[in-house]
Amino acid sequence: MRADRNSEWGSLLRAANSGDSLAYQRFLRELAPVLRAFVRRLLARTSSGSAEVEDIVQEVLLAIHLKRQTWIETAPVSPWVFTIARHKTIDALRRRGRHIDVPIDDFAESLAADNDEPNLAGVYIDRQLGTLPEVQRKVVQAIAVTGDSISEAAEKLTMTQGAVRVALHRGLAAIAARTAKGGGTV
Amino acid sequence: MKTDDLIRSLAADDTPRLSLARALVYGFLPGMVLSLIFYALVIGPRPHLAELLPAPRILFKIAFPIAVFACAGPLALQLARPRGDPRPLVYVLIGLLVVLAAAVVIELLVLPPDLWRVRFIGHNARVCLVLIPLMSAAPLVGTLIALHRGAASNPGLAGAVAGLFAGAFGAALYATHCPDDSPLFVATWYSLAILIVMSVGALAGSRFLRW
Repeated sequence: MRADRNSEWGSLLRAANSGDSLAYQRFLRELAPVLRAFVRRLLARTSSGSAEVEDIVQEVLLAIHLKRQTWIETAPVSPWVFTIARHKTIDALRRRGRHIDVPIDDFAESLAADNDEPNLAGVYIDRQLGTLPEVQRKVVQAIAVTGDSISEAAEKLTMTQGAVRVALHRGLAAIAARTAKGGGTV
Repeated sequence: MKTDDLIRSLAADDTPRLSLARALVYGFLPGMVLSLIFYALVIGPRPHLAELLPAPRILFKIAFPIAVFACAGPLALQLARPRGDPRPLVYVLIGLLVVLAAAVVIELLVLPPDLWRVRFIGHNARVCLVLIPLMSAAPLVGTLIALHRGAASNPGLAGAVAGLFAGAFGAALYATHCPDDSPLFVATWYSLAILIVMSVGALAGSRFLRW
């Protein structure tokens, strides 16, 4: 099953890179519970609540999204995914003034997905959303929280679809950039 | 925000992605053009460069930084990828350092000892230390902007290699102007100039390449 995961994630991400957004959504959905298990495992020795775990999972998903171009299509996906996950987890803990020193290679590949818990929520991104420029915030909220498509959001906010796309991408990148600068401790 | 909601917004963001290699080319080119303009307007090639070119010392002093440049670019890309494999390129770089050391040894063997000091100090060490970093500055900025799209595990190291890439370009360009041809000069002053650019790159990278 683990070997399958790599090839399945690989074909989903390749499809995503050639413009299949449904494949991309499926890829991220399959990633989320595995990342959750990964972060829980790394945080096992710290006293961390489930909201904190979910915040880190979301940061990792955001980083994977924004750094998609660093994956080479012929390379296996999961080592790439877990390297990003480890980097973001360590980074998130460092911002909270903690350190972990756990080798991941011996367990990451054999990690089973945690039970699917689609309603888990974090608080970190909401807090960052509040600091975005108004247009970016409204677009991200319309698409993420309300569940609008690009065209629905464009209609509601009386923007062109192109402007909605730009605002969405900039908004997501800005949220990620804030964490990279070490701001926004949870 | 629910994780599933975040995923929906990530999937909706279908902004096209530039590959890292292409981003490096696009980032480097404007900086390179700026340096070339500076070179053409302010310093230019040394007189009779074309006639002098077959001389092994001159050939070496130009070809060596070009080889470092050709190696440092792909190395920077590997360092900017999670799970990139920099090792083969690091071996190539070590090989190039061995070549440089060999060139110094050969020079010491063929040169009478009373000329060592003269060749080592050269005419233009200070100019070299200024012009190489100067002509590397814009390419370094472009390289760092490109690597910002990457995900370097060690931002300082990636920045230093960006400095090696830009510095080697500046050195290759400067080599066509510089009248000092001895490998003793190149190994000392060119290296020192590139190290300056690498230090700036490391410092900038450790801040700017965090993600």
